[in-house]
Amino acid sequence: MKIFCISEVLILVLALALAVVRSLPGPVFFPLRVLAIAYADFFRGVPTILVITLLGFGAPALALKGVPTSTTFWGIVALTLVYTAYVSEVYRAGIESVHPSQDGAARSLGLTHGQSLRYVILPQAVRRVIPPLLNDFIGLQKDTALVGVLGSIEAFKQTQIDQAATFNFTSGLAAAVLFVAVTIPMARFTDWLVARDRRRQRAGATG
Amino acid sequence: MSALTIENLHKSFGKAEVLKGIDLAVAEHQVVCLIGASGSGKSTLLRCVNLLEPIDEGRIVVNGDEITAPGVDVNKVRRGIGIVFQAFNLFPHMSVLSNVTLAPRKALHLSRAQAEAQARELLGRFGLADRADDYPDRLSGGQQQRVAILRALAMKPKLLLLDEVTSALDPELVGEVLELVRELAAGGMTMVVATHEMGFARELADRVCFLDAGVILEEGPPAEIFSEPKEPRTQQFLARIVAAGRL
Repeated sequence: MKIFCISEVLILVLALALAVVRSLPGPVFFPLRVLAIAYADFFRGVPTILVITLLGFGAPALALKGVPTSTTFWGIVALTLVYTAYVSEVYRAGIESVHPSQDGAARSLGLTHGQSLRYVILPQAVRRVIPPLLNDFIGLQKDTALVGVLGSIEAFKQTQIDQAATFNFTSGLAAAVLFVAVTIPMARFTDWLVARDRRRQRAGATG
Repeated sequence: MSALTIENLHKSFGKAEVLKGIDLAVAEHQVVCLIGASGSGKSTLLRCVNLLEPIDEGRIVVNGDEITAPGVDVNKVRRGIGIVFQAFNLFPHMSVLSNVTLAPRKALHLSRAQAEAQARELLGRFGLADRADDYPDRLSGGQQQRVAILRALAMKPKLLLLDEVTSALDPELVGEVLELVRELAAGGMTMVVATHEMGFARELADRVCFLDAGVILEEGPPAEIFSEPKEPRTQQFLARIVAAGRL
């Protein structure tokens, strides 16, 4: 749960930054855009388990001074790297779904590109992609189980320990319930958010 | 001093040259109407004046400052030039009040209280006071377009550009928007208005420009243009408008 929470916050912020970088206009930002695209392509292409084992076993093995050896730390880094790539694509889809005339209207009032993005484009974009964002977070929540291969104790690892000790598989069921107990309320919460937003903007529409 | 001077303006999209050398001068407090068929370049001309489209050649001078000079702060220029679009383009995720106060707060750095007081005063003056807290989708098209005009006015522009502001409206909603524009003209606002409402252009314009294929083919006082157009293309265009019952 700790791994999930910390990665989720990091991913939300970093993925948004990445999506914004990809939307920057003009030739000046071309190198940044290329970097962002390369990043997303790479980390969406590599299996999550590979990134986790590579960082989790590889980084501490370098025995460099100042490099943490905590498997939880490297688990968070790996999941954040991978999911930031996915989530930035979700954000980008949202940004591109906002009609350019919205940016035109904002810029015509004298707002800067950054202000238009901050106050006009992103609020609309993020609202639209809440359901697919949740999709990725359910995926992330389940993938925290992969960090178990490093020896970090998350729910799935704990069930394996219990099973080995007692030859009783009920703990696996308990872990499944635990995962679902988090994801289902999240799903309902998202539905509620989306519905509330729709009510506020659309109710009683006459045009 | 002329509020807006356009000299030899050229603009192409790819290979298509949309504006082929436009010259236009608008004096302060003047209302100039642009008429012409769709695709004649009216919208592009207005978008160029607001710097929403980069121009290829020529100069645009607003209140003595050349806004097309290199190194000009486009954001600063746009704060002084309002533009209202055919499709309103209100921000759907914000209330009417927030739509009107966003730019004064963020671009002019007014405090929220100042901006809201000013916005409520504007909304009140034009009969939209009770709509301040509604979201745009709850308003009629006419109300939305009036809010869009007030959103531009909240920046206290010296020059207002209206791009076919009634073309997307149901006929019965056109009147309320035109009434608002009429009041602005009476208040001395300098305006360039692209429109298909010929009756309105005739009533309100100090000067009418007929655009055809990217040039101003003919211009003059409305009485002259509408009653005795000289160019065959203008005659043809107006004849079609009359045939469609729009004049």
